[in-house]
Amino acid sequence: MQLDAELLISALADKIGTLPPDTAMIGIHTGGAWAAERLHAKLGVALPLGKLAVTLHRDDFGKIGLHPTKKATEMPFDVEGRHILLVDDVLNTGRTLRAALNEIFDFGRPASVRLAVLVDRGRRELPFAADYIGATMTLDASQELVLKNDDNHLRFDVRTKD
Amino acid sequence: MKGSMKIEINNGRLVDAENHLDQVQPLYLADGKIVAIGRAPEGWKAGKVIDAAGKIVCPGLIDLCARLREPGLEHKATLESEMLAAVAGGVTSLVCPPDTDPVLDEPGLVEMLKRRAAALNQAHVYPLGALTAGLRGGQLSEMVELTEAGCVGFTNGDKPIADTVVLYRAMQYAATYGYCVWLRPEDAHLARGGMAHDGEVASRLGLAGIPVSAETVAISTIVTLMRDTGARVHLARLSSRLGVDLVRAAKAEGLPLTCDVGVHHLLLTDRDIGYFDSHYRFTPPLRSPSDRDALSRGVIDGTIDAICSDHTPVDEDAKNVPFGEAEPGATGLELLLPLTLKWAEQAGVSIAAALQKITAGPAGLLGLDAGKIAVAARADLCIFDPAAFWALTPQTLRSQGKNSPWLRRELQARVTHTLVNGALVFKA
Amino acid sequence: MSYHPQLSADGKLKHLLSTEGLSRAMIESILETADQFVSVGNREVKKVPLLRGKSVFNLFFENSTRTRTTFEIAAKRLSADVINLNINASSTSKGESLLDTIDNLSAMNADMFIVRHAEAGAAHLIAQHVKPGIAVINAGDGRHAHPTQGLLDMYTMRHYKKSFHHLSVAIVGDVLHSRVARSDIHALTTLGCPDVRVIGPKTLIPTEVERMGVSVFHDMYRGLEGCDVVIMLRVQNERMNGALLPSAHEFFKSYGLTSEKLARAKPDAIVMHPGPMNRGVEIDSPIADGRQSVILPQVTFGIAVRMAVMATVKGA
Repeated sequence: MQLDAELLISALADKIGTLPPDTAMIGIHTGGAWAAERLHAKLGVALPLGKLAVTLHRDDFGKIGLHPTKKATEMPFDVEGRHILLVDDVLNTGRTLRAALNEIFDFGRPASVRLAVLVDRGRRELPFAADYIGATMTLDASQELVLKNDDNHLRFDVRTKD
Repeated sequence: MKGSMKIEINNGRLVDAENHLDQVQPLYLADGKIVAIGRAPEGWKAGKVIDAAGKIVCPGLIDLCARLREPGLEHKATLESEMLAAVAGGVTSLVCPPDTDPVLDEPGLVEMLKRRAAALNQAHVYPLGALTAGLRGGQLSEMVELTEAGCVGFTNGDKPIADTVVLYRAMQYAATYGYCVWLRPEDAHLARGGMAHDGEVASRLGLAGIPVSAETVAISTIVTLMRDTGARVHLARLSSRLGVDLVRAAKAEGLPLTCDVGVHHLLLTDRDIGYFDSHYRFTPPLRSPSDRDALSRGVIDGTIDAICSDHTPVDEDAKNVPFGEAEPGATGLELLLPLTLKWAEQAGVSIAAALQKITAGPAGLLGLDAGKIAVAARADLCIFDPAAFWALTPQTLRSQGKNSPWLRRELQARVTHTLVNGALVFKA
Repeated sequence: MSYHPQLSADGKLKHLLSTEGLSRAMIESILETADQFVSVGNREVKKVPLLRGKSVFNLFFENSTRTRTTFEIAAKRLSADVINLNINASSTSKGESLLDTIDNLSAMNADMFIVRHAEAGAAHLIAQHVKPGIAVINAGDGRHAHPTQGLLDMYTMRHYKKSFHHLSVAIVGDVLHSRVARSDIHALTTLGCPDVRVIGPKTLIPTEVERMGVSVFHDMYRGLEGCDVVIMLRVQNERMNGALLPSAHEFFKSYGLTSEKLARAKPDAIVMHPGPMNRGVEIDSPIADGRQSVILPQVTFGIAVRMAVMATVKGA
């Protein structure tokens, strides 16, 4: 099954509205970074876009090890005292979010962090919530929701895990 | 003690290349000797019959080097355990080197060792005496006294004599009495600090190398001094192709030179060290495949007179350390037969010819009236099953030395009976 | 996948004992992982939690404050607990065997041993002996291997030269006694470097070293012709005593890196050294401090590479 993510991004942008001028935006690789690129442009954020790889802060290192990745963390602004809008494509268990927050705090102490997600899947294992949600969806635990970049058009694929 | 029992060995394949024997025939023993082959003597009544069907009966093996670790090195092995290992391996005569603690440089020590060994009623023990006092390479030992005590030759063990003048004088003195000098062909300086063959493998593994020249320089020196002194020399443990070539040339010249090779060096090379396995640390070191092949050819063409086990029991603690700290050597008495036959199979040599190298060959070198199956010969015999496989484990090995590259692997050829002086001293 | 004691049954790295036995893919994976850790070194908080709660024991049977310190920094940046053991002063001088020492330390819940020892094969012995789950990293075993140095040297070359496929690399000096040289040679040939050269007097070149895939030069001017990378090895004073070299002065004349000799290499050639340097013996000071020298970046990269190695062996 496929979902047009561009529509969700537009809906999300409307919900967020106008951001305070010094707000920074950070996207979580890979899907969150793509979505953040769109939002960054639509919302006219002045500061350059930050990106998080989160691989070094994941909690499953002991189970799946470390895989080399082309994704790199980029933080082109000072985190100290900054209001941040963190963007991801899917919010599910909350573990990626936990890793992302830990990594942000490695760079300094932000004034606040708000979360915007395209889809909230709801199978939370940690006590987190998003501030802005594009759509809420209930899926089976065996199903995966993956954001794809098809020739610069973003869409969601729903797949069953094998 | 001679076995006074009359023993009959039936259905065994008698093999003795020197006496042109290779057929299934009965063998009759009495009063410690072989009294008949093929047909029972008149009035024969066997006290004991051994059925050797499917087995080979050969002369008891004669091992030119087996360390018994007595006196003084009992934490490594004892006389009891190693003498049992010998007969379990079909070895009925063995030569032991003097590198004990104290060193065998006193007639009293030699007599005691011989007495202790004789009391066990197992293999015959022929000690080599120290060539220099304490094996220190300085003062000469009392060779006449030591010979009277029972030494069959003199050696400086694994400590080559660095001072050529001392070597020269030792050979000259021994030559006075016609004693044979057994020498490890290794130049003390060139071999110093080395632990593996100086070649591709040692370079890659970062192990200090012992070049072939350590052996060839020593052989050249020894041969030159032989010409000057007229000494009889036996080179103990060749390791290289160039070394074999030098021996071949010296023999062609007519010099009284003999030599042996350790059975492990006929089968293994430096490549077998693998990931620093200290069970493959030997002295002399295992060398390249072309060296191993040349040693093999040397045995076949007679340049090398005998194969020995170089039996060196080493406790696990001395092997379970980094390669450079490990004690070299492997347990050998119980492997001499299976490994010699393994070599024979790989080299395309007949069983009879291979057995000659661990029976009549060593006997001739030592001047022993042994190592043969012939009427009136001493009844020292080995009966083995050439087809049987057995697993080498710490439990199956009688020697206290469990250090072997073949540990936990299978070998072919298992000794079932060993007789010394016509008495059954070992039964599997 | 051919067997090597540093690999698990399914081909994962469970120890790092030598660069020999690492596949090209494995080396590249470690270098890419190191990229991530280089960026961590540039942050304010230089730590990541990957080895939090794990105990890393630095076992140095051979002294080296430098190497031990870089491993300590790397382990701490992964949030591991680090215990430094200088073995000269402790149990083994009382006669405790190497393996007994390891057993005692394993009983203290060690997760990783970083071992430097004077004997080749020491790390292999320890790796064979430890219980499953404990990782062994070879920080140098006699002349045999120094795999983390080999990997950081590869990282450095990749950083400045990008590809190994057209590189000419010269390794100069006491190759005979050098574990760094051996580790570099294996890694370079595995990564596809077509021209690896060793340069030195005959007394300091290992027997049959060509079999490792290198060409041998005794004339440094010729050996450096067209090189992209020059790796200078340390010459120790003991070599003069061991009748291997007459003097540091003469060694410098023939094999010391001067601007004159370096001019034979490519103009953009980089100069490397595993450290510590003997200025005026193997390398001239102006070169060591000059624009072609990447000796200091090697140290920085060394921390990231060691972090990558530790993360790789400790990950599933």
